[in-house]
Amino acid sequence: MTDIDGPAASVPARRRESLPTRVRAHLSRYWQLWVMVSPAIVFVALFSYVPMYGVQLAFREYDITKGLTGGEFIGLEYFRQFFRDPMFTRILTNTLRISLWTLVMGFIAPIILALLINQIGSKRAKSMVQTITYMPHFISTVVMVAMINIFLAPGTGMVGRLFGGTNLMGEASAFTGVYWVTEVWQHAGWNCIIYLAALSSVDLSLYEAAKLDGAGRLQLTRYVDLPAIMPTAGILLILNMGSVLGVGFEKVWLMQNALNITSSEVISTYTYRIGILGSQFSYSTAIGLFNSVVNFIFLVAANAVARRTSNTSLF
Amino acid sequence: MTHTTSSSSPAGTIPDSPANRPAPKITLPGCAKRTRRGFSKTPADRLIDVVLALIVVAIVLAVIYPVWFIVIASFSDPTLVSTGKVTLLPRGITFAGYAHILADSRIWTGYRNTLIYSFVGTAVNLVVTLPAAFAMSRREFRPRRIIMFFFAFTMFFSGGLIPSYLLMRQLGLLNSMWVFILPGAFSVFNMIIARSFFENSIPEELRDASQVDGLSYFGFFFRIVLPLSGAIIAVIGLYYFVGHWNDYFTGLIYIHNQELQPLQNVLQMILLANQTQAGAASMSALQSQNFADQIKFGVIIVSTVPLLIIYPFLQKYFNKGVMIGAVKG
Repeated sequence: MTDIDGPAASVPARRRESLPTRVRAHLSRYWQLWVMVSPAIVFVALFSYVPMYGVQLAFREYDITKGLTGGEFIGLEYFRQFFRDPMFTRILTNTLRISLWTLVMGFIAPIILALLINQIGSKRAKSMVQTITYMPHFISTVVMVAMINIFLAPGTGMVGRLFGGTNLMGEASAFTGVYWVTEVWQHAGWNCIIYLAALSSVDLSLYEAAKLDGAGRLQLTRYVDLPAIMPTAGILLILNMGSVLGVGFEKVWLMQNALNITSSEVISTYTYRIGILGSQFSYSTAIGLFNSVVNFIFLVAANAVARRTSNTSLF
Repeated sequence: MTHTTSSSSPAGTIPDSPANRPAPKITLPGCAKRTRRGFSKTPADRLIDVVLALIVVAIVLAVIYPVWFIVIASFSDPTLVSTGKVTLLPRGITFAGYAHILADSRIWTGYRNTLIYSFVGTAVNLVVTLPAAFAMSRREFRPRRIIMFFFAFTMFFSGGLIPSYLLMRQLGLLNSMWVFILPGAFSVFNMIIARSFFENSIPEELRDASQVDGLSYFGFFFRIVLPLSGAIIAVIGLYYFVGHWNDYFTGLIYIHNQELQPLQNVLQMILLANQTQAGAASMSALQSQNFADQIKFGVIIVSTVPLLIIYPFLQKYFNKGVMIGAVKG
């Protein structure tokens, strides 16, 4: 009972209370919630914010005795080194090419798939198609890359035979294509779930009204289904924009070989090669920071565009 | 979904319902289909149906066939596989590849490690994520907005590889099983999914009633909320579990001790670095290459089957879990 009329009655009184008193009142009421959320806060602070703090390594000479933040401050030297690096243009264009192709195709494919599945009349067939199309999502990257190798093997692989003696995995020019096609194969089914959910909540009377107005099947899709999934699509596109330079490290790394390296070296694999394998910690941190900042800019820009054009935005 | 079909299904059986007069006389068992189309089909519609069916069948085959091929190739005669004679059904059935795999101690070590990391890891994940999501779902908890910002910011910005690596080194997590469990103990994304579930599926009246009965937040969470949240626990539990099971990155970066390597890193050695140790001295180079291929097929099956077994049981929760979680930022 006191809870219900408590806040309203105590508003004028509370303003006069001192900060410690208010904190104490808050804690006595909500300490259990604080206990519940604090492990998460500790983990995020330790494993996400400490590395962010450690980003200053990009501006310092790494000193093994002084650890993450102790080295001498040298400003933007490592960034200058990166921009002068002969690899700079290559890894930037590779990263952009691979991620934009994957972004665009990986965005369109689930929408098309969802529209198709939504057209299936029988419920059982529908759920069977869904079950099958999202199964590959659970295949691990290592296994996925192994499957790509097996199927593309020249002479013995099912797809490889079509290309005669050339091994697509060894063709620098084929890398982007192989990458995004297999990405779509693996994840389109899973990613279309959210669109199917949006489609299943469409008011059926909309279809009937459109039908009465003489809309055909394709027009129903064009004028009822598509607008229904647009808000969802917008949000997902913004979210994906935030990772334009963040092509998945694992898959690219595992697909790389000496023959395709010219078109498969991307920022994340280069960071690993330079940093962990080459022990150039500061230089690698600078490259990683460049990557994060560009991603962040893309995200904010995409969000602003989306807010202005369609009123959907993340923040 | 159920609501719409139940409200429209009487339309076919009660002819004098005026709003549904254009509904067709034929009642098909799949009534969702009838309500969606609503009207009798023109020849053009039928043509579209056929084309759509063909496209969908083609997509399904494109997805299922590579998986099926790996399955049948894993216990077919490897020479027949490499010459393209195995297409739809296994031929020259042999389990030599599996026998070799099961005799490989690296696989067993990897399997054991991955099982430990996945189960312990998922348990820690749930213990950290669920209470946090609950606290964040309480609207009267004023600091939740700023805490949310604190969490969400990490989804869009990170310190990157090297600072994380140096942190793990300073914490002594290199070459330790805890590096698989602690750094990823909490996923903001999964917390948001669970939070949305608590906000939307646990009625506020339950909290009011439990408060009248004198339940604290702890009591409410453990005795009311958790028992009602089986679906969401299953969904995010599966997300976390699959994440641990398929984790390759952690083993690559932070683990150098072979005894601690999880399954995925063992797989990488066998599948991609071609360290199959296959073949007896009596085999020709070609034969041993074919046998190595067969081992690869088998390894793929052995490592993926556990996930493919559990996922149909949890499938019914996916749509729900993904839907509530993904859109609400």
